[in-house]
Amino acid sequence: MAGGAPAPGGVASQTFASARNWLLMPSWAVLLVFVAAPVAMMLVYSFLTKEFRGGVIWEFSTGAYDQFFCNRGLFGDEPCQIEWTYINIFWRSIWQAGLATVLSLLIGFPTAYFIATRSEKTRALWVFAITIPYWVNLLIRTVSMKFLLRDQGPLNDLLIGLGLTEDPLRIINTNLAVQLGLYYSYLPFMVLPIYAAVERYNFTLSEAAADLYATKWATLRRIVLPAVKPGIVAGCILVFVPSLGAFLAPDLLGGARNFMIGSLIEEQFKGNAGNWPFGAAASMILLTLVLLVLLVSATQQRRTKGAV
Amino acid sequence: MKYLTSTALALAMSAGAAAADGDLVIYHWFEYMPQELLDKFTSETGINVTMDTYDSNEAMLASLKAGGMGTYDVAVPGDYMVKIMVGEGLLDTIGADELANKGNIAAEWADPSFDPGRQHSIPYQWGSTAFAVDTDAYSGDINTTDILFNTPDALKGKINVLDSQGEVLAMAALHMGIPQCSTDRDQLKALNDMLQAAKGDWASFNSDTAKEVLVSGDAAAGMIYDGFSAKAREEKASITYAFPKEGYVVWMDNVVLLKDAPNRENAITFMDFLLEPENIAQVSNYARYGLGVTGAEAYLDPELATLPESNPPADAGEGAFIEVCDEATQAVYDQIWTNLKK
Repeated sequence: MAGGAPAPGGVASQTFASARNWLLMPSWAVLLVFVAAPVAMMLVYSFLTKEFRGGVIWEFSTGAYDQFFCNRGLFGDEPCQIEWTYINIFWRSIWQAGLATVLSLLIGFPTAYFIATRSEKTRALWVFAITIPYWVNLLIRTVSMKFLLRDQGPLNDLLIGLGLTEDPLRIINTNLAVQLGLYYSYLPFMVLPIYAAVERYNFTLSEAAADLYATKWATLRRIVLPAVKPGIVAGCILVFVPSLGAFLAPDLLGGARNFMIGSLIEEQFKGNAGNWPFGAAASMILLTLVLLVLLVSATQQRRTKGAV
Repeated sequence: MKYLTSTALALAMSAGAAAADGDLVIYHWFEYMPQELLDKFTSETGINVTMDTYDSNEAMLASLKAGGMGTYDVAVPGDYMVKIMVGEGLLDTIGADELANKGNIAAEWADPSFDPGRQHSIPYQWGSTAFAVDTDAYSGDINTTDILFNTPDALKGKINVLDSQGEVLAMAALHMGIPQCSTDRDQLKALNDMLQAAKGDWASFNSDTAKEVLVSGDAAAGMIYDGFSAKAREEKASITYAFPKEGYVVWMDNVVLLKDAPNRENAITFMDFLLEPENIAQVSNYARYGLGVTGAEAYLDPELATLPESNPPADAGEGAFIEVCDEATQAVYDQIWTNLKK
C-alpha cells in the first residue's frame, strides 16, 4: 500500500466490507453454535455442584477441580494431597497419542512423499486408495482390527504357521494393540496434509541443491523438510488431537483395563459415577492442554516464517 | 398387476391405520426384543413402533436426564434402576385399573422391593449375572467366586469382567461376604485391596462383547448374564455357566411408563400386550431369560425348562439383587471403581 494508492474507506470498499461481513455470517454462526456455546456450557457446568446420579445443581462449586487435583483418601475426609490418579490417566493418554503421532509420521511422510512424486494420473489413484478404508465406519474398522489381532486370529495363525512362535503372541488387550488401532484410525490425517505440502513443493529446488553438491540427506533435511513443515505440523495435530480423546481403540483393543481421558470423561456421563461437573472439568483441562499444544505450534510456525 | 394393486392398497390401508393409531417410542436394551414381536404388535394395533437402544442402565438414565424425557414412552430398566428412576421422579404411575392384564403377573413378581405394588412397571425378563468358564481351559471347580477374585493359575490373564461398576462390585461383595452398601471402613478398605490384587489377573473389561470374547477364546472365563451364556454355549459347547456358592447377582428388567410419555395410551396398550403370556414367551424364547407372568408354559421353548444357565444346582449360593446405596456410601464405591480402573 504505497503512497499513490487511494485512501481506504471509499464507498466501494465499504460495500465490500459489509458484504464480506454478511458473507462471513454463516461461519460465525457455525463457530458460535458448535464451538463457543458448547465450550461455554462445559465451563459453566464444571463450576456447578454435582447432583447425585447425574445432573447438576445450580450452585457454584470448585468441587470438580478439587477432585481432579486433590486426593482426600478413600473416604474423602483426609487433608488434600496431590492426586496422581487423573494426572496419570492424562499422561497415559498423552503418551499414547504422542507415540501414535510419531508412528504415523514415520510411515506417513514416506507414503505422502511417494504419492506426491508419482505421475499426475496415478497420484489421484493413490490418494483414492488411501481413503478407501475410511468409507467404513471407525467402529467396524476397530472391531475388525480386534479380529485380526486376537490369539486365534489370522495374524497369530500366520506367525504360528511360519514357525516364528509356538504360542500365540498376546497382542490383543495390550498397549501395542491400542497403538496399532490409533495408528490405523488416523494415518490418513497424517498422509493427506503432508501430501498436499509435498505436491506444492518445487522439485527444481532439490535439483538445484544436488547441483550444489548437497547430499540426498542434506537436501531432505535442509530443503524439503522446511518447505513441507506446515503440512507435517498440520498432520501431527490432526493425529494427536483425536488420539488424545480416543476411546474406541483403548476400549475394544486395549480391553478397557485402564481409563484413558476419553473413557474417564465418558464414565462421568454414561457410567455409574454420574458426575457431570467432574466430566466437564476434565474436558476443560483437556481442552486447555490441546489449546496449549496448538499455541506452541502456532508460535513455532510464526518464528519459522519470520526467519525465512 | 393385480398383485401390485393389492399391495398398494394394503400399503395405503396400513399407512392409514398407522396414522390413525399413532406411534410408540421404546427405549430398550440392544439385542433383546425380537423384531417379529414388534411387527405383531403393529399388525394387531396399527401402532407404529420406533425403538432406540442402549447398552447399560446408567447410559439410559444419563440420556433421559440429559433431555431424553418426553421423547420416549417406555423404557426397560433393571431392578435397581427402577428404584433410582422412581427416586428421580422419571416414572409415571400406572392407574390401578389401567392394565387389563395386570392379573397375569406372577405372584412372586407382583410386589418386588424395587417397585412395591408394581405402580410404575411390569415384569419383562429376569435372570442372573455370574460368570462362565471354558471348561476346556480349566477343569477345576467353577462354582466359586475365586475364579474371578482369586484366579487359579490356569485362568490368570484370561478373565473378562463386565465393564459395569454395579455388577462387579456386587460380585466382589458376595465374594467377601460383606454387605453391598457397606459403611464399615475396614470392609471397604479390604474390598479395595482385594480388587486391586484381583485385577492383575484380568485381561479385559468388556460388557457388549462379554459373549463374544468367550466364544473367540480371548477370555477363558468371564462375567456374563445367564441368557448370553446360554447363547455362548450354543456356539461353543465347553462354555459352562457357574452358580458360585458364595452367591450370584439376580436381576429383573422391567417395562416402565415414563413421565411425559408422548403416547401414554399406546404405552399402556404395549404393556398389556407384553403381559399376554404368548407374547412375552416369544421374548424368552429369543433372549433365553425367564419371564414374570403366569400361564406362559405352553408357549415356551421346552428347552428353556432344562436350561443349565437358568436352573441353579441344589448347592448354589443365593441370588441377590444389586442394592441402591445412599449418596455418601456410593461416593466411596465410585472411588473404589476409579481406583480399579485408574
